[in-house]
Amino acid sequence: MWDYLKLVGLGLVAVLAAIAANYAHDLAYQVNAVTVMLAAGIAFLWVLRTAGDPRPNLQHEYFDSVIRAGAIATGFWGIVGFLVGLVIALQLAFPALNFEFLQGYGNFGRLRPLHTSAVIFAFGGNALIMSSFYIVQRTCAARLYGGGLGWFVFWGWQLVIVLAATGYVLGATQGKEYAEPVWYVDILITAVWVAFLITFMGTLMKRKEPHIYVANWFILSMIVTVAMLHLVNNAAIPVSIFGSAQVQLYSGVQDAMVQWWYGHNAVGFFLTAGFLGMMYYFVPKQAERPVYSYKLSIIHFWALIFLYIWAGPHHLHYTALPDWASTLGMVFSVMLWMPSWGGMINGLMTLSGAWDKLRTDPVIRMMVVSIGFYGMSTFEGPVMSIKAVNSLSHYTDWTIGHVHSGALGWNGMITFGVLYYLVPRLWNRERLYSLAAVSWHFWLATIGIVLYAASMWVSGIMEGLMWREVDANGFLVNAFADTVAAKFPMYVVRALGGGLYLSGAVIMCWNLWMTVRAQPGRATQHSAVPAE
Amino acid sequence: METYSFLRQLADSWFLLAMTLGFLAICVWAFRPGSRAMHEDVAKSIFRNDDHPADTNPVSKKEG
Repeated sequence: MWDYLKLVGLGLVAVLAAIAANYAHDLAYQVNAVTVMLAAGIAFLWVLRTAGDPRPNLQHEYFDSVIRAGAIATGFWGIVGFLVGLVIALQLAFPALNFEFLQGYGNFGRLRPLHTSAVIFAFGGNALIMSSFYIVQRTCAARLYGGGLGWFVFWGWQLVIVLAATGYVLGATQGKEYAEPVWYVDILITAVWVAFLITFMGTLMKRKEPHIYVANWFILSMIVTVAMLHLVNNAAIPVSIFGSAQVQLYSGVQDAMVQWWYGHNAVGFFLTAGFLGMMYYFVPKQAERPVYSYKLSIIHFWALIFLYIWAGPHHLHYTALPDWASTLGMVFSVMLWMPSWGGMINGLMTLSGAWDKLRTDPVIRMMVVSIGFYGMSTFEGPVMSIKAVNSLSHYTDWTIGHVHSGALGWNGMITFGVLYYLVPRLWNRERLYSLAAVSWHFWLATIGIVLYAASMWVSGIMEGLMWREVDANGFLVNAFADTVAAKFPMYVVRALGGGLYLSGAVIMCWNLWMTVRAQPGRATQHSAVPAE
Repeated sequence: METYSFLRQLADSWFLLAMTLGFLAICVWAFRPGSRAMHEDVAKSIFRNDDHPADTNPVSKKEG
């Protein structure tokens, strides 16, 4: 019965998408409608072919197949996102790479949101969904709730990524940073996210452990807050049901404040709280010791929750935003430094008594460096939110350097560590194919980040100083183009750093591939497990 | 009073106080006497149930 309902639903979606493609007002909408039609069609065929198959009771097993798919997707989208990042870094250094024949599709303006969304929502999002499914099942000692709903979350998220990415290249955008997807993609995101919440909450509710481990708190706060941010920031009215254009509900400074309330908390909850959930589970697991202080993790969690949500206005210093709001954002950003470092200390000190693992285990080294970058960027952030500093740093490359020391250093490195942890376990392999390759990845990525962050510091501070330089008569000394010319060497170094980071990720994907392909399977895991 | 001024004043007075007290209460609660054993148990819970969901519910497990 359920299968028939699914077939009817998918068939309807496919037909409606075909009709929408026919009446489309713009190319992006048409391509997206055809994509939805194909996706619904493939899902229809798959449901049809498997309808009536016996469904064994799998409650005594973890739902790991969707996590395996998540690991593959994380690696794949990581490479895509890093590659597009490298391309746009080179386009900034060498504008000739904005090829004439690709104007309107492959120039910097179109590729930049593709890069940011690919790394944040495709790479980071898949890493988060994969890790939450793994963590919530293990810490609740229960199979993921919702039967096949986990697969809907996974494939729905991939569809969101494909729709958003093709839309950006073809010009469909809301024009809101990190919230570029247009109205119908936003609706799909909402559906997928609600399904994600249901699977996660359902698993928590049927847990066999008495307490909810702290990693789940961070992940749950991520899911709930991102849902709230998404709904408020994307409140818009479509111009036509057959077009990708929409009009925002808010205007002027209200719209700006909502956007950066969203933007900063997307960083705070998607890229920080969610990844802290990964840290609180995988670092103790890889170090084989419980977290340094569970009490500190509770304080860390609540302090982060109470403070982060107010920090957004620091993106709008010296604008039309009321002064009190911008001061409030600054004060809360500075206070945020404390819980962030509390969390960093908690993560690092988990290794106390096991520091020798840093020498022998490149995976733990990767995780430790990621925590180090978390600490560094959560110190840099509060500094940059101070109005006096922000007047120099805002609109310069310093901001880009800051974002990347967080994204490449913290989010990227912890995700790599998690992939190295998960892949041998998910595919039941004895060990990774090559630890030497992990070391290569570690050093390529670390040197890449250092080159990236250092060049952007130099470039950002230089252009900030050049913009404000005035001569004896009070006239500005430099034209904007002068700063662009002066930044050229730093842009080349940045692209070099990005290239190193990408090559490290390629080595990782090869290593993980070989781990699955060329390694013998582990002896059966059904044997008796000794008590601790 | 207009909504804007009312909310703005509420935000930086009573609501700020309520949230600060709420946060402090959570901190005190985390450090309450007798919480150590529970926290140590939760911290170690990640080393259980790696391969399979638990068969029994926690209550019967504790009794047995």
